[in-house]
Amino acid sequence: MTKIGLEIHSQLTKLESKLFCSCKANYREFEPNTNICPICIGLPGSLPRLNQKAVEKATMIAMALNCSTPEKIAFFRKNYFYPDLPKNFQITQLNIYGDTSVGGIGTLMVGEKKIRITRIQLEEDPGRLIYEGSSEKNLVTLVDYNRAGTPLVEIVTEPDFENPREVREFLNILSDLLENLGVSDPSLEGAMRADANVSIEGGNKVEIKNIGSFHDLEKAVHFEITRQQSLHSRNIPIIQETRHWDDKRKITVSSRSKEEDLDYRYFLEGDIPWIKIGNEIKEKLKSEMPESISSKKQRYISKYDIPVQVADVLSSNKFYSDLFEDAHTKENAKEVANIITTDLMGLIDTREKRESSKLKPFHLKEISDSIQSGRITRTSAKNALYEIVKTGKTLSDIISELDLGNVSDEYELLKIIELVILEEPQAVKQAKSNPQTINYLVGKVMQKTKGKADPKLTLDLLKKKIQ
Amino acid sequence: MNIKISALQFTREVKSGNISAEDFIAKTMEQIQNVDDSLHAFLSINDKAVDQAREIDKKIKLGEKIGQCFGMPISIKDNICIKDTKTTCASKMLENFIAPYDATVITKLKQQDAIFVGKVNLDEFAMGLSTEFSAYGPSKNPWNTDYVPGGSSGGSAVSVSAFECVASLGSDTGGSVRNPASFCSTVGYKPTYGLISRYGLISYANSIEQIGPLTRTVEDAAFMLNLIAGLDPNDNTTVDNNNEDYLKDINSGIEGKKIGIIKEMIGEGIDPSVLSATKDAISKLEGLGATCEEVSLDMVKYSVAAYYTITATEAGSNLARYDNLRYGYDFSVEGYEFNSYIEKARKKLGPEVTRRMILGGFVPSAGHTGKYFLKALKVKSKLTRQINDAFKKFDLLISPTVPILPFKIGEKINDPVSLFLIDINTVTANLTGKPAISIPYVISNGLPIGIQLIANSMNDKLLLQAAYALEKTVQLPEVPI
Ligand SMILES: [Zn+2]
Repeated sequence: MTKIGLEIHSQLTKLESKLFCSCKANYREFEPNTNICPICIGLPGSLPRLNQKAVEKATMIAMALNCSTPEKIAFFRKNYFYPDLPKNFQITQLNIYGDTSVGGIGTLMVGEKKIRITRIQLEEDPGRLIYEGSSEKNLVTLVDYNRAGTPLVEIVTEPDFENPREVREFLNILSDLLENLGVSDPSLEGAMRADANVSIEGGNKVEIKNIGSFHDLEKAVHFEITRQQSLHSRNIPIIQETRHWDDKRKITVSSRSKEEDLDYRYFLEGDIPWIKIGNEIKEKLKSEMPESISSKKQRYISKYDIPVQVADVLSSNKFYSDLFEDAHTKENAKEVANIITTDLMGLIDTREKRESSKLKPFHLKEISDSIQSGRITRTSAKNALYEIVKTGKTLSDIISELDLGNVSDEYELLKIIELVILEEPQAVKQAKSNPQTINYLVGKVMQKTKGKADPKLTLDLLKKKIQ
Repeated sequence: MNIKISALQFTREVKSGNISAEDFIAKTMEQIQNVDDSLHAFLSINDKAVDQAREIDKKIKLGEKIGQCFGMPISIKDNICIKDTKTTCASKMLENFIAPYDATVITKLKQQDAIFVGKVNLDEFAMGLSTEFSAYGPSKNPWNTDYVPGGSSGGSAVSVSAFECVASLGSDTGGSVRNPASFCSTVGYKPTYGLISRYGLISYANSIEQIGPLTRTVEDAAFMLNLIAGLDPNDNTTVDNNNEDYLKDINSGIEGKKIGIIKEMIGEGIDPSVLSATKDAISKLEGLGATCEEVSLDMVKYSVAAYYTITATEAGSNLARYDNLRYGYDFSVEGYEFNSYIEKARKKLGPEVTRRMILGGFVPSAGHTGKYFLKALKVKSKLTRQINDAFKKFDLLISPTVPILPFKIGEKINDPVSLFLIDINTVTANLTGKPAISIPYVISNGLPIGIQLIANSMNDKLLLQAAYALEKTVQLPEVPI
């Protein structure tokens, strides 16, 4: 049986400051080495100053993943030399001397399958190494410490996945969950990274590191399973090792550096006293925790009668569900959900488009109300939505500017219907013998009015005219 | 002008207008000029000190608000950061490190209008007890320049003892304040762990070390503590002392107090003159109304081994950043890959630091941590339990600060184990986080002997009261410089 386990690193991008200093957690907008201070570059004499908010957010993640949460947590030093590590040790957490990290054993359901979480720990992200130069020989390594000290949560799973698809589904659910908790924005570059370990029946465990995106993770796991199966079928032993994902060639390559042999000489970080996370804090965090995705989904279905698939899509995405929460009333909820999932999601399907969108919740309310009152048709609504996203104007302005108002004037509509009847004698004949085919004629009327004809009125008038 | 006065006397004199800060600082700088060539307490001098004193006099004259130090000249151990000032840790590795920020203790002293006359010598990265491991050469004992001044805060003790300042800040990881204080006949005080912020103190063994004052009098130590103690958001290990005034009631006396004589610290290997000084101090304390009785802390036997295991582990980690990528000296990377470069670069560290780095790589490593590091931690917690039990019965504990007299420069430098053992009486306070103070007690054949008192955690006030009482029984000759 194939066994896959994951080690996911998620930055707490929603925090204001780094884990041990007041530099910005959002380091992305800075020039290299400008989001730094004596603490995060580990200058002699500096000491870590723990960001309590980070501890709270990490604990919240542990609670959302149904993990045990110890009464007291501690930090440890992981000692190793690497140029992206200012102090040549990383402040992290460890559970080998008892459970002292923010989260112990937990579970996350992926459909019907239970994935066990081994532990969750809070740690500091290292800096970034940038390789420049034309050839291997002229390679220059640049170091940017802007990222050094960013709060990072490591989530480790048991090897409970059996195939790359389960891995992908898990990561989707997890990143939705983290976004919904308001702790992280997984769409930010480098905000979520993952390593995997893969073993097949009769083989040793192989770690895969250096995987840039979740998309590649699935590929890397797939490649690794195939590689191991191929070795196995030829009776070549699968050795325990660490392999790196080669992003260009899309294969895993054996690591030259023997990372598994490193001795990290873990010991307690004396500069950060033990932190008590008592029931009082846990209760407070529980009350601050946003509604879970599954509970949202249930509420959408039971309270507003929103179809299961629509509720599913809407609840799992924080951006759209927040929009829904702000825009809906009891009366228009179904319509708002419909507009978001069928039209809006296709319109602003990337992070950049979402950020530049001028749409506000009140727009959605206007549109859904106007559809319900028959002021515009769904087709016109879609056109209006496009304009609103671009300009942010009110629906009324757009209706008058683009002449999107419904043709609901009977006299005007009759003139168009008469024209269609003249142009389509064959279809009229057919409609008389088979009333089902009358929709073809409705469509023709819609075409001529550019979708503005009130569909119900059109049908009524057509029926009258033909009989 | 007499510069041989205490810190508190200095502030009173300037406050009352009897002397000016400028004159005193100028005289102090002159003293440094005169004596430091032979004593080598200082690694760098503040050439703006006199100007700064003049500014303070101006403020006093104009009746402006003035800090409690009134321009008091203080020397700072060169492992504590002063903004825009070289902070070398007496190492070649930090030869050119100019701190871009102030340590919290420096910020606090600046707010009180202290003047830093210069940075003083230490064993490289505070590892040692003689200053012989300074990369810039040893300091000399003012009582006899053939002898070591103790360490690692040797420069601090020398500068106070030789009137090159009125007070100094050192750091104490295993006795580094108390040991040189004892060897140079000054007061040396290590407060409860967490009482003084370590922000800006370059770490050696961060879980047990504290900044501490070296002063002429116990009152001065209490005064310094008043200025620099307390919670600091930049050091998560600091504790709230509720703005305790350590000077108030310092003369309360010790009548009725119970003092335990630590048996393991007056036995084997103790110099007879040190033993007799200790016995004398005990009888003086009894004369003041205290009751003294022997107490055994048998984990003290293992304390030095535990101390070196723990400090080496932490040092190995704390000093790992000195890989010559960010600090250090010109050294071409050509022909090296990352690890071999670090290996080569770190050869610039001195012999004692190297010894402890190697030890620090070994004792907590995967195959050995159970035998060494984890065992050392066990000793630490057992010793803490024992001393806590002792404090159920006793208010204070007493021992000689160092079991031997100051030794000659070069005498023990090639015998690290015998050097290690000299720490036997001081490391207990560090391993257990307790406050301890060394009081200059007697000069024996021209060499100083100090007596150590230890109190329970956060009982620093009681400790200073007892030290004050003992100090009052002592008459010491003037240092022969
Ligand atoms: Zn920073």
